[in-house]
Amino acid sequence: MEEEKRVLRYTLAERVTHWIAGFSYMYLLVNGLALWTPAMWWMAAVLGGGPLARATHPWVGLVFVATVFYMFKIWRQDMKVTDVDRRWAKTIGAYVRNEGETLEPTEARRSFDQWAPVDRFNLGQKYFFWAMFWSGIVLLLTGMVLWWSEYIPWSLRFLRYISVILHPIAFLVTFGAFVIHVYMGTAVVRGGFSSVIRGEVTETWARHHHRLWLDRVLKSAPARK
Amino acid sequence: MATKTLEIKASSASNSPSPGIRSTAVVAKLIDTSTCIGCKACEVACQEWNDLTPETTVQLGTYQTLPEMTPNFWNLIRFNEQEVEGGSLHWLMRKDQCMHCADPGCLAACPAPGAIVQYDNGIVDFQQENCIGCGYCIAGCPFNIPKLSKTTKKVYKCTLCVDRVSVGLEPACIKACPTSCLQFGTKDQMLQKANARVNQLKGAGFKDAVVYDPQGVGGTSVVSVLAFGTIPQAYGLPVDPNIPWTVQLWKSPLKWIGSLAMIGGVIGTFIHYLRFGPKIVKENSAEEAAKGGA
Repeated sequence: MEEEKRVLRYTLAERVTHWIAGFSYMYLLVNGLALWTPAMWWMAAVLGGGPLARATHPWVGLVFVATVFYMFKIWRQDMKVTDVDRRWAKTIGAYVRNEGETLEPTEARRSFDQWAPVDRFNLGQKYFFWAMFWSGIVLLLTGMVLWWSEYIPWSLRFLRYISVILHPIAFLVTFGAFVIHVYMGTAVVRGGFSSVIRGEVTETWARHHHRLWLDRVLKSAPARK
Repeated sequence: MATKTLEIKASSASNSPSPGIRSTAVVAKLIDTSTCIGCKACEVACQEWNDLTPETTVQLGTYQTLPEMTPNFWNLIRFNEQEVEGGSLHWLMRKDQCMHCADPGCLAACPAPGAIVQYDNGIVDFQQENCIGCGYCIAGCPFNIPKLSKTTKKVYKCTLCVDRVSVGLEPACIKACPTSCLQFGTKDQMLQKANARVNQLKGAGFKDAVVYDPQGVGGTSVVSVLAFGTIPQAYGLPVDPNIPWTVQLWKSPLKWIGSLAMIGGVIGTFIHYLRFGPKIVKENSAEEAAKGGA
């Protein structure tokens, strides 16, 4: 059988950024859960004890937010929600139910894909990015208040009061987004995980999951064909 | 300051019930601001007994030692010149310190197990060896008491001389007070004395005199007699102190709703997988796909 044609989906810089964000988020998650509830306090021991966890959390947080901002810089255009996404959103039920997961059109299914084709990222991925981006900003601002809590004067104590409630709320948003992201990227969309490790996907995979993006890539680089 | 002679009533970030089983009288300190002469003997006694490094004083234009308490300075006499109704000027002074709330906001906000404890006699105490230096207690306290040390990254405040009280002595500041404006005993005794003094003050024309024992934090183990009870802020006290509502919201409904949502999210994705499984792209159908997909 002929070797599948492959296309580059994520550059090395994108992959490195993704994994710095991923690992720093997981560190912050374990660290934060230790403080979230005493039932998870043992996680602080895994990280070297409570005082160390408290001391490292803000610094790792800065690393995480920096990667999110870098992603914003490089993916801003790709993450814009467009008419293509609005069309896809109407077929999201079919996507969630894994309908159209086969590439063979059948009479019963009528269309090639039951969900509408998408560009480089689908709406779910875009929402994931924006959830992390906006929560990241909230976590950064409230986190800085909590980082230097003792420097906030008594007259500005409302900053502390806002921060202690917004920081965990923003965290919960990121947690929901994170769980779905990891689940989709590893268990559901087979090929997604390897794409962010080695950067390449097969053309068939790309045609199935990101057809409009593949069309663009092939058009701009005809030599690959 | 750890002590084995007192039982613990509440401990921060703890799932287990508190071990205290004996019944102990709640102790309290009485601060009668109307007989305080501002001598600051209590400040010195506090520094001395607790072996705290002297702080460089700050000139504030009053007799006040420092603008605020510090990790090394847990007992501060606050001075204020206050014009009251009728136009007369009063020189108010009050011993500021941890109030030892029955319902402590610092303890509620603390995420480190055992870093803040409340003994069954009502004393709220920081256990620095368990403190992680997060500063959440600063957000939880309605009285601006916990101070985080820049050198040790731990918080400090008045211990109500728990090391003295646990062996039957009165706190160091009480010992040093020359006017008996500071007294120490069970909370019931102190409230009795405070109420008697308030009645005396009312008889002397201070019609607004009150006992300051704020119920928003369940009452405190430091009760104050204020001659001008309608303006506690003139003494540097909040009018109606409560644990900040955001801290309450975070520690009670949000924590439970959030935990359920997190567990629900993980279970939800698992069930999704059981029901729908993965999206697998069949590579060998590439040719057909190319035809159909363009």
